[in-house]
Amino acid sequence: MKFTLSWLKEHLETDAEIAEVAEAMTMAGLEVEDVHDPVAALAPFTVARIVSAERHPNADRLQVCQVDTVDGLKEIVCGAPNARAGLTTIYAPIGAWVPGLGVTLVEKPVRGVVSNGMLCSAAELELAGESDGILDLADDLKVGTPAAGVFGAEPVIDFEVTPNRADWLGMAGIARDLAAAGLGRLKTPDIQPVPGTFPSPITVRIEAPEMCPVFAGRLIRGVKNGPSPEWLQRRLTAIGLRPINRLVDVTNLVAYDRCRPLHVYDAAKLVGSEIVVRGGQVSEGAEHIAAGTHEHLIALDGKTYAVDPAMCVIADAAGERPIGLGGVMGGESTGCADETVDVFVECAWFDPLVTAQTGRTLTLTSDAQYRFARGVDPASVVPGLELATRLILDLCGGEPSEIVVAGEGPASPAAFAFDPARVGALTGLSLADDRIAEILSQLGFEIARGSPWTVTPPSWRRDAEGPADLVEEVARIEGYGKLPSTPLPDLGAPSKGVLNPRQARVRAARRALAAMGYAEAVTWSFTKQSTAALFGGGDDRLRVENPIAADLDCMRPSALANLIQAAARNADRGHPDAALFEIGPIYLDDSPTGQRTVIAGLVAPRAPRHWSGGAEDALFALKGDLMALLDALGAPTASLQLVQGQNRDWWHPGRSARLQLGPKNVIVEFGALHPRVLKALDADGPMLAFEIVLDAVPEPRGKATKARGAASLAPLMPLTRDFAFVVEDGKATGDLVRAIAGADKTLITDVRVFDVYRGAGVAEGMKSVALEVVIQPRDATLTEAEIEALSSKVVAAAGKVGAVLRG
Amino acid sequence: MTDLAQLELDLINAIGGAETAAAVEELRVSALGKSGSISGLLKGMGAMSPDERRERGPVINGLRDRVQAALAARKAELEAAELDARLKAEHVDLTLPPRPRRKGSVHPTMQVMDEMIALFADMGFAVAEGPDIEDDFHNFTALNFPPKHPAREMHDTFFLTPDPGTGERKVLRTHTSPVQVRTMMTQKPPIRIIAPGRTFRKDSDATHTPMFHQVEGLVIDRGVHMGHLKWTLETFVARFFEVDDIDARFRPHHFPFTEPSAEMDIRCDRSGGELKLNQGDSWMEILGCGMVHPNVLRNCGIDPDEYQGFAFGMGVDRLAMLKYGIPDLRPMFEGDTRWLAHYGFSAFAAPNPASGLS
Repeated sequence: MKFTLSWLKEHLETDAEIAEVAEAMTMAGLEVEDVHDPVAALAPFTVARIVSAERHPNADRLQVCQVDTVDGLKEIVCGAPNARAGLTTIYAPIGAWVPGLGVTLVEKPVRGVVSNGMLCSAAELELAGESDGILDLADDLKVGTPAAGVFGAEPVIDFEVTPNRADWLGMAGIARDLAAAGLGRLKTPDIQPVPGTFPSPITVRIEAPEMCPVFAGRLIRGVKNGPSPEWLQRRLTAIGLRPINRLVDVTNLVAYDRCRPLHVYDAAKLVGSEIVVRGGQVSEGAEHIAAGTHEHLIALDGKTYAVDPAMCVIADAAGERPIGLGGVMGGESTGCADETVDVFVECAWFDPLVTAQTGRTLTLTSDAQYRFARGVDPASVVPGLELATRLILDLCGGEPSEIVVAGEGPASPAAFAFDPARVGALTGLSLADDRIAEILSQLGFEIARGSPWTVTPPSWRRDAEGPADLVEEVARIEGYGKLPSTPLPDLGAPSKGVLNPRQARVRAARRALAAMGYAEAVTWSFTKQSTAALFGGGDDRLRVENPIAADLDCMRPSALANLIQAAARNADRGHPDAALFEIGPIYLDDSPTGQRTVIAGLVAPRAPRHWSGGAEDALFALKGDLMALLDALGAPTASLQLVQGQNRDWWHPGRSARLQLGPKNVIVEFGALHPRVLKALDADGPMLAFEIVLDAVPEPRGKATKARGAASLAPLMPLTRDFAFVVEDGKATGDLVRAIAGADKTLITDVRVFDVYRGAGVAEGMKSVALEVVIQPRDATLTEAEIEALSSKVVAAAGKVGAVLRG
Repeated sequence: MTDLAQLELDLINAIGGAETAAAVEELRVSALGKSGSISGLLKGMGAMSPDERRERGPVINGLRDRVQAALAARKAELEAAELDARLKAEHVDLTLPPRPRRKGSVHPTMQVMDEMIALFADMGFAVAEGPDIEDDFHNFTALNFPPKHPAREMHDTFFLTPDPGTGERKVLRTHTSPVQVRTMMTQKPPIRIIAPGRTFRKDSDATHTPMFHQVEGLVIDRGVHMGHLKWTLETFVARFFEVDDIDARFRPHHFPFTEPSAEMDIRCDRSGGELKLNQGDSWMEILGCGMVHPNVLRNCGIDPDEYQGFAFGMGVDRLAMLKYGIPDLRPMFEGDTRWLAHYGFSAFAAPNPASGLS
């Protein structure tokens, strides 16, 4: 909402300057967004008069003018066709910043003649969009008069109106709050009724009281329409409105002055003598009209709108012809023009929700719609009509009928009990009861002081529903700056930390992965539906109905797609070796339990070449990172089963696996991603990844104390024995390792694979696996015979999984 | 005597001239071996008369000791030289680069989230969480947004496809306030929580992304008032920006779920692209807050005549940008490795009271 200081001063007696007003507004809750001060911009410019204008010696289109200015006689080069001796115009001195050109004037020769300033057009001063010459002003203006005064320019404040305060959409409402805040005295002029001289020949019938409970109107006959006087045009232009004609301008004036929208119909264009207020109609079917066809209205903006039954329609012709959308916009068919002679003025109250919904459905807003949707003062129906009548009579003449009123406005806000002690209890402010009563009264609340008080909100404050609302009124007018700063009772930091085990694991995983060289990314929770489908998602129930972009229309079933696409973008920028991770949500369904937290990591293994030769196998490096991470999370890594060949179909079937605690409790899938999926996402492979479902990782059992069990630090040296087994190539080496480790769980502490060999000396289809078994003697040094016995157990255990000691 | 002196001289010279460990060993055998020259002299002592032995013994033993010492010294010398030579041959060019190591990082939003959690933990706030996909009740109705009210439009809500059976339309939560609702409905006061998490609004420009992060806070108890709110936020903001004191102002605002409501501004100077706190003439809004609306308390089963409290909410990404001088919001969510390396944090920069926040 924009307004000017002069308009405010019609309602508020104050000496405050614009900056003070803006500050007071901000601190009273009227959030100022912009203060535009054209006076400051126009400060360097003054009135000047051309004394003589001669053809420029070196240019046909330029003139060299001698100009009488505030700085004395100046020689100025001017290219405007209308520059002539005797012309009164605006002068800009050297050094002035010309807003319309965006330049600061410097003294420089124009085709050999130095110009000591500039004569300005309206466009150059940003007073008009375009100009075809320099300003041509009244001859009686004195040279040196400030331009700001000539053009009536004045500062404009633009502020944000919160949705609870429709009354701030009128100057009177703003002034009331500012007066309460101590900025001046409220002096909104009273409205004097204008008696009608004849009964209104036009009547009103309300068929939809739930949409429009009250509708008042009157005929004014014999008006003379036309352009508004300058003061009115200037007032509207200053706040960005376009003057149309006197009748329309009056409705805009009242809308902005009192937050009281009105509508004016050209009575000559009305069909019949009754205006009907009803819901929109849908045809039941007739000749040439299919059943279900909505009626249409061509509105004043020239566009055609299909009206539905949830919208409020104003109709004439016995209710048949729509001539307006109630509270939103009038129809073109009955609009006022310069020739209009008789007008019917409407002043009604339209339901906020209906008006808001109509605006949303039709994506149609207007000053009226904006106000009715927030809630116009229902008590302003008749006074608003009287004020509009007065203004129309003043500007257009004419003769008013008596007022017709159909229906009844909604009830005024109910009184409620209020204990003034609530102010202190909720805010910590200590205010005398008298001060509380003073603030509330200034804002229009009626107070009956008893025990407790009974407070009745004014008709325009339908947002005030209870004591907390009154506390806010008192606190904001008194000033939040006076609130005390009171320490919260010290509960200390909770003795066991504030994170639950899951949150603590997220934090540990983040730091662990960053330490392992992965960069944390945060990516959208949404993806493209077809991409979601590649990762087992894409359910319609997880589709975003109104996505921000077509490729972000579905909740993600995995964090991998986003990481793959991020890695691909990095590769496109010449950085193909990404290692990324994200800890965040995935969505399996739309219920609260359908959301899981995943820890996803992705590596694009493109390590740059190194002089020392090949590096660690990237896939096993990733597996190592994953195992270390699971260990850091306290996952039961020793009991995890590694299952290969059963990953879901976005994984490389031969180069991926999952870790599980039984087939129904998969903790993580990892490995290489399927080339088909990478291709679909425009990503160059290979890419390696893992995705841990954190919720599936069992939490370590809680213990009564934090004490660790006794450490078992064997005093004897461990020894190692090497074995080589021949086993079918297709068999999982992990099974062999596990079998050997299980041969003697007391003595064998580790089994390390140090070679896998296929080729000469090993039969076709077989592989040789060389292992180092770490043996930890417990109570005494092992004898040769005992070591021999253990070796036999190892060979036997390997035999059970089909491995034969290599001869 | 001349014989012994000559022998000693010859041996010492020979030892000094030996060039290899093997030559030294050869000399040792020739002098001290089974049939060595000195061994022979030592053996000859057995046949001497006691007087002769008393006289010759020390001389021969002295000779043996000196030769032994000379042998050991030469041996050590040669070994040292050999080691020097070997080590010299083992020279490597250490100007060669090591294998590059990937440098990981923590995302600035997450770092700041951790910082906030640490600061609020210190003030006794627990951490509560809730789902991103919410129902209308938890995101709006319980928070005193009446159905169809224009206040809902302020939130540019994302909707999921309606349930074909019930017609219910889930929303992506527009704030983490639904977590406050869930907390109040399941816990008895006193309540002191923060709710960090992802939030969603249909908005995309230089300063808005369709997904962002919030931390909201909620304190419910008997007698908690706006003065407590003011202290809590002033204290938090000063600690967050790591300054002793913060020049802040509270300004009335409107939120459906709080009454009275406020926004908090901090005084700052942002000229030159750097945030200088407590300086300059401009105020920057950093968060919204207020006393929990009695309707919200009632909707969550808490008696507003007995309990009251405050709530606040702030944008984590935005505060990360302000604190760490990140100029643009959008790259936050693009996963550009260069950006992450530049604006990310070390794994070891976890906030703690001893070393600070980052």
